Order: sequence, then structure tokens, then C-alpha cells
Amino acid sequence: MDKTIYMDHAATTFVKEEVLQEMLPFFTEKYGNASSIYALGRESKKAIEEAREKVAEVFNCDAREIFFTGSGTEADNWAIKGVAYANRSRGNHIITTTIEHHAVLHTCQYLEKEGFEVTYLPVDEYGMVSVEQLKEAITDKTILISVMFANNEIGTIQPIEEIGKIAKERGIYFHTDAVQAVGNIDIDVKKYNIDLLSLSAHKFYGPKGIGALYVRKGVKMNNFIQGGAQERGRRAGTENVAGIVGLAKALELATKDIDSHNKKLIALRDRLINEVLEKIPYTRLNGHPKKRLPGNVNFSFEFIEGESLLLMLDMKGIAASSGSACTSGSLDPSHVLLAIGLPHEIAHGSLRLSLGDDNTEEDIDYVLEVLPKIVNRLREMSPLYEEVKRGEKNV
Amino acid sequence: MYSQKVMDHFENPRNVGEIENADGVGQVGNPKCGDIMKMYLKIDNDVITDVKFKTFGCGAAVATSSMATEMIKGKTIEEALKVTNKAVAEALDGLPPAKMHCSNLAEEAIRAAIQDYFKKQNREFDGEVCSGCCDGCHIHHDEEDEEE
Repeated sequence: MDKTIYMDHAATTFVKEEVLQEMLPFFTEKYGNASSIYALGRESKKAIEEAREKVAEVFNCDAREIFFTGSGTEADNWAIKGVAYANRSRGNHIITTTIEHHAVLHTCQYLEKEGFEVTYLPVDEYGMVSVEQLKEAITDKTILISVMFANNEIGTIQPIEEIGKIAKERGIYFHTDAVQAVGNIDIDVKKYNIDLLSLSAHKFYGPKGIGALYVRKGVKMNNFIQGGAQERGRRAGTENVAGIVGLAKALELATKDIDSHNKKLIALRDRLINEVLEKIPYTRLNGHPKKRLPGNVNFSFEFIEGESLLLMLDMKGIAASSGSACTSGSLDPSHVLLAIGLPHEIAHGSLRLSLGDDNTEEDIDYVLEVLPKIVNRLREMSPLYEEVKRGEKNV
Repeated sequence: MYSQKVMDHFENPRNVGEIENADGVGQVGNPKCGDIMKMYLKIDNDVITDVKFKTFGCGAAVATSSMATEMIKGKTIEEALKVTNKAVAEALDGLPPAKMHCSNLAEEAIRAAIQDYFKKQNREFDGEVCSGCCDGCHIHHDEEDEEE
């Protein structure tokens, strides 16, 4: 395939050239261990601390509140387990949502086996958490609220500021998995009353294998990895200097002009949404129509299955993803699509196109040309569509 | 993850469509599971002279449907009933382990269509047909399934 139209930026992004250039010297020339005392080591240490300063500036916090991790998943694990175990004497109740990433959900399920109690808040048809339900779920044993900033599958942006306010009033720690939000939403941890925030560089044109956790000063939590004194002894292990430098550079680029970045993406997104809904019948948009990530598009096409759709799109050079069971490796379709109330058969026919900085109007033209034909071809092959055409089934 | 043969049958599925006034029609699977296969047979003197299918499902489901129709076309009913899910999967140069249940669906669709043919002819069908649904099936398709 000579042409690739990449529309899976929510899965990962390419590394921007400026980011790569910033990283390269740390592989070959400035390779010193940041814990070493000589000049080469001090150079690495300095690069890490400068990166930490840059990250702190973006989120309006202190550099000492930023800890680098190996991934967004690690940051989520640390935030939740770290707070849970350290505050066990205060209570054993955690509140989260049914639509979290598995990095949060599976961590919470693990903690349930360890004797913690977890409330999984439902969401409405758009994937939005209810602040009222959150308030009702709080007990005197609640020690942590973990609600994602924006959903990775359907793009819905949660009422983080309101949740932060409630958490603060009730004296409960508030963690947000902001892996999808960073670079798309301007985040001020003080304004939003966020105590812990997870992020991952490869979602905003930085390298894979590096993430970070913001931990507000004063949050009582356990250290995550025992070993040396790196990250002030809280997350031991020789620092991924090139990764840290890359994360900071990518974050700087991604947050310097969020408004114009979003304006461009929203225009592409809304054109794609509107024209697909217009061109392809029996299609629904998943997620909130407005309160959604600027690059997120998620449809369900009735009567067809997502993996077939992805294979056909791939043959045409379009890279996308689906919440169908066949692509998740389990028998059930995406937990997010089920949580917004989709029946299994409609969840199986989902398609996520996540747009990014490299996408153009021409890419949208191409998808609008190719996608309706593919959906139609699969429907012509589907016994479910046959029933509809004969009018045997009411839709 | 898929073999070239699977991709070929997915990209260019053989025998897609319907047969009007088919002698036997079988539908297995469940939209909940994400797989439905419908098979139409034209039968003359117990010989399958034509076969068509429609499938809602993943790449493996489409490819196994296509391959299964190729394998039974021109065969007697007796021969068609001997086509196993394993044979369909082997003819496709194998399927990823998670997709083996898709080949069960093809085997069951053939059986369901032949059962329908027998019913229309008021003949007795000797054997079981399962719904082909992922977790609703109690018929063991092959040794690998039994081990699970």
C-alpha cells in the first residue's frame, strides 16, 4: 500500500522531528547516568531537571510534584495503588467510572481482591459521568476518586473541575487519567483541584516508554518501585533521560498553542462526523457531540462488524481502530460502548477514527470516498442487512 | 495475524449472496457474539449444485464462510456433512487460536442448511445442530475444544 492515512492518534502518534532531535544526543553523546558525579552524569541530571521544570510549568505546579514513569499505565497504577495502600487506615473505598482505561479498571479490580471496595459510576448515553451520582457515592470511607479527563474511545470530556471541587470539599484525593487529554485541553492542576494526574508522551507526538505522574505536595502515598534514589526514591530505576527530554519537548510543542491546534482538528472532525452521518444510513455517533476530544470520531455502523471494517480500511491504506470483540481479543465488545448503553451487535460495528496533526482536508475527502463503499460492501454481505432490506426487522 | 489465504478469501469472498427458492437455508450465530452466518443450498438428488452465503462477522468469519462454500460445492450431502471446522481452518492455512470458533460457525451453518433441506423433504436428520454462538454451544467440535 503506497498511501497511509493514519487516523489512530488515540492509539499512538509519530514522534515530531524537533522532539527527536532534542532526544538524539542523549543516546550517543550525553549518555551519562544521572546519578553519577562526573560532568557527563551531571549533564543528564541537569537535562532531567530542566525537563521536569518544563512539565511543571505546563500544569501550573512545582517541579518537585512531577515524577517520571515508564508509561501512562504505570502512572495510573502508582497513583491508585499508592494512595490506596497508604490511606488504608482512613478508609478502603475508591470511586471510579465504568469507562476508564484498563490501566485504571484492572488496577481497581486488583485492589478489590485486596479488600478495597470500588464503586464504578455509570455514565449517560454520551459517556458523561453524573456529578450528582458521584456525590451520592461518597462515604466516610472514600479515600480516592479516579475519573479520566477524557475518554480514549469515544472522546467524551468529563466535568473534571466540578469533580475536583467536590473531592476537595470532602477531603478525598482526586486522580485523573489525562493520557488522552494532555495536548488537547489546557490543564491547570490548581484550578481543577487535581491531586494526581497521569500522562503519556506518545499520545502527544513524544516517544513511547515514558510517562509522568503529577502528585500534589502533601498527598500521602506509597513509593512505587524500590531501589535507588531516582525520582527522590519514590520511583527507582535509572532514568530514561532521552525519553524524559522527549516528553518535555513534545509537551512544550503540544501545549504552546492548543487553541489553534484544536480549531483545526475540530473543523476536520466535525466535517467527517457530519458527512459520514449524512452519507451512511443506520449510523450513530458515539460520545458527546460537543464535549469531546478535538480529534475523536467514533461511529457505530449497524449490521456490520468492526474487524472486517478495519481490514478493509487497511487495504485502502486507512489506519483506524474498533471496539468490536474481535479486535479486543475477548468475546465482549468494548466496555465503554456497552457502558453508554449500546447493544452488543451495535457495539461490534464500531469504528474510531482519531485525527491528529498530520491529517488534512484531503485525508477527510479520501475517507469520505472510501468508507461509504466499504460499509455498503460489508452490509451487502450481511444477513442482518438482508432482513432490514426485506423489512423483516424494525430499526 | 491472518494467513494470505484467509486474506484472499476475505478480500474476494467466493459465493456471496442468496439463492432464491433454495432447497436448504441455515443460519447460525448470534449478533450478540458478533458472528452470524447464513448459508443457502441448491440441491439436486442429494448433490449440492449451488451454494451461497451471507456473513456478519470478522475477517475470519467471512473467510471461513467463503472457504466452506467452496469445499461443499458439487459434493453430496453426505460428503458435505463430513466437512469439519478443522478441515476448513486447515484449507485456509490455519486461523489464529482466538478465531477458531469462527470455523465452528461454518461447519454448523452447513449442518443447519442440510437439516433444513431434510426438513423440507420430510426426512429425518441424524445429528445435532448448535446455534453456533460463542458460549451457547454444548456440542464439542473437535478435540481442541474439548480440552478447553
